[in-house]
Amino acid sequence: MLKRTFATATRSRPFRLAVVGSGPAGFYTCHRLLKEHDNTQIDMFDALPVPHGLVRYGVAPDHPEVKNVMTTFDKVAEDPRFRFIGNVSVGTPTSVLQVADLKAHYDALLFTYGASEDRHLGIPNEDAYGSTSARTFVGWYNGLPRDQDLQLPLQDTDTAVVIGQGNVALDVARILLTPIDDLRKTDITEAALEALSKSKIKNVHVVGRRGPLQASFTTKELREQLSLPNVRFEADQQWIQQQIAAHEDAINKQRPLKRLMGLLAKGRKDNTGDKSWHLKFLRSPVEILADNGNVSGIRYEMNELQGESFDKQRAVGTGQFEDQACGLVLRSIGYKSMPMPGVPFDAKRGLVPNAYGKILQSPDAAQDDTLPGMYTAGWLKRGPTGVIVSTMSDAYDTADTILTDLKNESPMLPDDPQRSDDIVPLIQQRGVQPVSYRDWKKIEAAEFAHGVSIGKPREKFTSVPDMLHVLQPN
Amino acid sequence: MTLLRLVQHHAPVFKAAARNNSYKPSMMRSFSTFGALLHGKPGVAKGDGPYTVHFVTPEGETIDVKATEGDTMLDLAQRYDIDLECACEGSLACSTCHVICDEDYYEKMEEPSDEENDMLDLAFGLTDTSRLGCQIEMCKDLDGITVRIPSATRNLRVDGSKPVHH
Repeated sequence: MLKRTFATATRSRPFRLAVVGSGPAGFYTCHRLLKEHDNTQIDMFDALPVPHGLVRYGVAPDHPEVKNVMTTFDKVAEDPRFRFIGNVSVGTPTSVLQVADLKAHYDALLFTYGASEDRHLGIPNEDAYGSTSARTFVGWYNGLPRDQDLQLPLQDTDTAVVIGQGNVALDVARILLTPIDDLRKTDITEAALEALSKSKIKNVHVVGRRGPLQASFTTKELREQLSLPNVRFEADQQWIQQQIAAHEDAINKQRPLKRLMGLLAKGRKDNTGDKSWHLKFLRSPVEILADNGNVSGIRYEMNELQGESFDKQRAVGTGQFEDQACGLVLRSIGYKSMPMPGVPFDAKRGLVPNAYGKILQSPDAAQDDTLPGMYTAGWLKRGPTGVIVSTMSDAYDTADTILTDLKNESPMLPDDPQRSDDIVPLIQQRGVQPVSYRDWKKIEAAEFAHGVSIGKPREKFTSVPDMLHVLQPN
Repeated sequence: MTLLRLVQHHAPVFKAAARNNSYKPSMMRSFSTFGALLHGKPGVAKGDGPYTVHFVTPEGETIDVKATEGDTMLDLAQRYDIDLECACEGSLACSTCHVICDEDYYEKMEEPSDEENDMLDLAFGLTDTSRLGCQIEMCKDLDGITVRIPSATRNLRVDGSKPVHH
């Protein structure tokens, strides 16, 4: 048996890193690493031919400024030490590459593939027609290929219920209630525009298990919601004020919460409108009511809050129930990461166990029981919450961990005869056409051109074959 | 705020490329579709301006720069190659250009707008004299101001503690 040597970067030998996932977590880690460590080569993979993860597929179409971060990513991609390798899936049974392939070709691996699934309520009729996740709805209107065949009874009902009170819940409520002509100017897909233009939805209820102090949406999004034209705001203001008063001292110590509660208590100026959005509290869904497989309503158990300090209060069922008629239910209770063979996974917390971004042997391992050359950043590392700045900071933390390991010459992945080989020929041999960043820019240019012709910033391709078709020689 | 974007290339990239024999770098490429951020305002060069601004980096280094009327802290950081993130490029959609000002100078500034305060709410290490760097515009009153750029990372390992949230 050959004695294995551990690879470390030397002056002549670059540090070779593979990144799985091309969203903000991956890009920001690379941004920091390339800046602080000269002798680096990075290959970044994405299952889709197009990069940027949730910046492309999660950020709402009416928030284009948030997507300006793509310019930072373009700069990372301009660095000759960096390569984007799109259309290459890693780690699923049908993927062209497995983690073992990456281990052979790279000194270290960085997993930033985020959270592609959503949490379920686990209640009856969750799969009825008209019930789906906010994640799927967002993927659908943002052009994510796997969600394009979503069908929803938008024309058959005037009432939608969104379960959850985070920023994603407000995003979907806002998209359902925004005047269609405003949406026409965004990069929402044509198919979604068509469906939403026929929507009869006038009332959207955003429902949480606990109270206003436990809502996870932030002030900017609430402010936007309260400014929607022709949309009344309805909530039990008296009870909200009571809750705020009961915890005034604690609220005043936290600036963001204080401002959020202040805005909520203030409500909406000149509160009239044909459409409405509602905040409902203390309700846990226990069953989706269906009629012949179509959503007809939702049943809640009413809760009470138990606990002294608001950040520790729990929702406890009272045994009383309430039914609400509606035709659409969107659950917005969180995204979920999937495990990948070859990478330790904490199924309970839905993330990869790690110490400051360095992957641990197992969920129960001690903080210093790490795997050489295995790193993670972003939602996969800390769970699926937070905005882009949180992910940026998190990614920089992981980059700093990698930089410290390089400085200390900590062991990376065991050396391998294939280590210096380019992995691209292997991908091609296995029948897959990898897509470079230059190729992506051609796809993007076609999306811009198509969009301009119909008065939108871009019109996204919504299938992988359509994306790849742009790259075929004429 | 829309600004033309031009491509900016940096010399150090060539050094790294030459060192790697096994990796064949492509020609210098530019991917920015929109053009590049003109550093500060059009026609303003490094060293221009009647005003002085002192930047303090997360590492504690002080960098003194000249500024003209209307330059934002973000404009200056980009003109003088000082590291200040700007994920949303000055459109009040993020908090990555968060800076901390001298109290004296902070008092001279106008109150931040609701929109700026909404973004500041999400900044790490928020202080009572925090502002977004893209929103502070230079004028005579602010001549000589010192702005400190807080660390972007949470530095959990340094002392083992977590940041205090406001």
